[in-house]
Amino acid sequence: MGKTLFDKIWNKHVVHTVEDGPQVLYIDKHFIHEVTSPQAFAGLRARNIPVFRPLQTIATADHNVPTENQHLPIKDALSRHQVDTLIKNCDEFGVELYGLGHPYQGIVHVIGPELGITQPGMTIVCGDSHTSTHGAFGNIAFGIGSSEVEQVMATQCVLQTKPKTMKIQVDGELNKGVLSKDVVLYIISQLTSSGGTGHFIEFCGSAIEALSMEARMTICNMSIEMGARGGLIAPDEKTFEYIKGKAFAPKGDAWDTKLAYWKTLKTDEDAEFDSTFHFKAEDIEPMITYGTNPGMGIGISQFIPQVNGTSSAGLEKSLKYMELKGGSQLLGHAIDYVFIGSCTNSRIEDLRLVAEMVKGKKKAEHVQAMIVPGSRQVEKQAIAEGLDLILKDAGFELRQPGCSACLGMNEDKVPKGKYCVSTSNRNFEGRQGPGARTMLASPLTAAAAALTGKITDVRDFFKD
Amino acid sequence: MEKFVKLNSKCVLLPVEDIDTDQIIPARFLKAVSREGFGDNLFIDWRYLEENVPNAEFVLNQPGVSGEILVAGRNFGCGSSREHAAWALYDYGFRVIVSSFFADIFKNNALNNGLLPVQVSEEFLTQIFKICTEKPETEVQVNLEEQLISIGNTQVSEKFDINSYKKYCMINGFDDIDFLINKAEEIKAFEENNILA
Ligand code: SF4
Repeated sequence: MGKTLFDKIWNKHVVHTVEDGPQVLYIDKHFIHEVTSPQAFAGLRARNIPVFRPLQTIATADHNVPTENQHLPIKDALSRHQVDTLIKNCDEFGVELYGLGHPYQGIVHVIGPELGITQPGMTIVCGDSHTSTHGAFGNIAFGIGSSEVEQVMATQCVLQTKPKTMKIQVDGELNKGVLSKDVVLYIISQLTSSGGTGHFIEFCGSAIEALSMEARMTICNMSIEMGARGGLIAPDEKTFEYIKGKAFAPKGDAWDTKLAYWKTLKTDEDAEFDSTFHFKAEDIEPMITYGTNPGMGIGISQFIPQVNGTSSAGLEKSLKYMELKGGSQLLGHAIDYVFIGSCTNSRIEDLRLVAEMVKGKKKAEHVQAMIVPGSRQVEKQAIAEGLDLILKDAGFELRQPGCSACLGMNEDKVPKGKYCVSTSNRNFEGRQGPGARTMLASPLTAAAAALTGKITDVRDFFKD
Repeated sequence: MEKFVKLNSKCVLLPVEDIDTDQIIPARFLKAVSREGFGDNLFIDWRYLEENVPNAEFVLNQPGVSGEILVAGRNFGCGSSREHAAWALYDYGFRVIVSSFFADIFKNNALNNGLLPVQVSEEFLTQIFKICTEKPETEVQVNLEEQLISIGNTQVSEKFDINSYKKYCMINGFDDIDFLINKAEEIKAFEENNILA
């Protein structure tokens, strides 16, 4: 029987198998950031051991950094201490750091791909669940906890039980106004937020192949929101084209050797997955979430499910938090904030889409619209293309790179009770600030909401 | 890591499904650089209505509620990979979490910190909730050696799964890093034989 791409990459990286236990998996690239690394560094210090392979470790500061005045010292003392600790640790242990002020700084899952560090066939980990983003390049990338960060620092390996495999195939052509974010929100709404638990997903089908690399990243990014360990997409010409010429992409002969290997990375025709799902691209409309987990999403023209009986206690609790009514429509619901950013949707293509949509228009008066680019490189590119001016004219605030209101660790929070249409990946209670009400959507839907001040079907903008 | 063999304790009941790690410990409390002290902020947005105003309805604020076992609805620990969630639960005083389903990363994180996730059937979970609600003084026994969880003096018990490697680590207080460091030579040999991706 043939093998899946996931199996091929996984098997190639197994150093040792514990009997009736996990496997020792070799890790090619390890990304670290300020929030989940300090305890791991402290662990190394306590054991008096170095970082085993510092050259395969890449650090950045993103989760906890301000998105304004990054050239000034960080105001919040705890945040400053955390970022300073990262600087000190990287220096002491010989790890390359793309910290604040560095031209490569940015959200860890944005910079890996844009620097060409992320490549097909690799194993990649980071102490952040959205590490799955990198899987768009045909590799095994997944999030780990701080103890595992310490394992990788100490040995370049991590103990893992091999997940099961799942295939999600999306065929057909996407409707106008429907982005890859809608595709993944749709899939999660169908499979629920735990539907992928214990699995590693391969996304395929003509609708996936038609997506750009950045759009593919959005899909893999949110595979974790189905509970999956990660998601990947087989590499193709688009993948190779994207990597070519990037700062850390292989050059010269090394490029040819790598390319030849990358071209072999695909699932065999006769490989079997533990489970398989098929979706039709035509069935997908712009999506929006109404509840407090990413599985609680509906097509923009649809109705919020009704609460009935005890089986929907979770739904009832969510709707109470969101102050929304079962059976009602979200279209036309007034909103207060728009956040465009996060490792899900903060790349240059996202910014271009938003700029194109809001060009020459003005945001609704009562809405605060924040755009946070994923990295310094994205920011630079946006400015080079004049997107900053277009956005500014439309009343959008273009901030400096970081995770920002995706998790509300810094000052960028949504106040209690306020509704925020967000391009990030999680709508959990309090995720964007205590009491904040998050509605997840694509950058287009978010931009449309900023313009009208309410939940809007972005397809209305394309009618004429 | 501390050893875990057996535990006999009252339970804290939290019959809510899909409890994500943002509820267990919100991101704004992740600014510390050590592992200690996270227990103070465990479930903080559920424990407090506003700063310094405790929510009397939340289970951890109810008089007489105590115990080292937390019993929660299915899909416990979903969401972010933050290990701080496991640290916060442990730091608060929990040693066992019982649920009918755990998110993968959380489960690993818990096991790496001496916090035992016990996955039981939906029926068994309903039983614990029922029996312990009726008689809050009921003690639940968790025996890792036998992989058995039983409720008070009732005959109600259930076997639970744990992979034998993890069980060995928990019982002996070993962690994965000790194990991996001992494999250093094998890892170096692997690096030499494999052209990296
Ligand atoms: S943007 Fe949000 S999801 Fe992405 S790495 Fe940062 S905190 Fe995590």
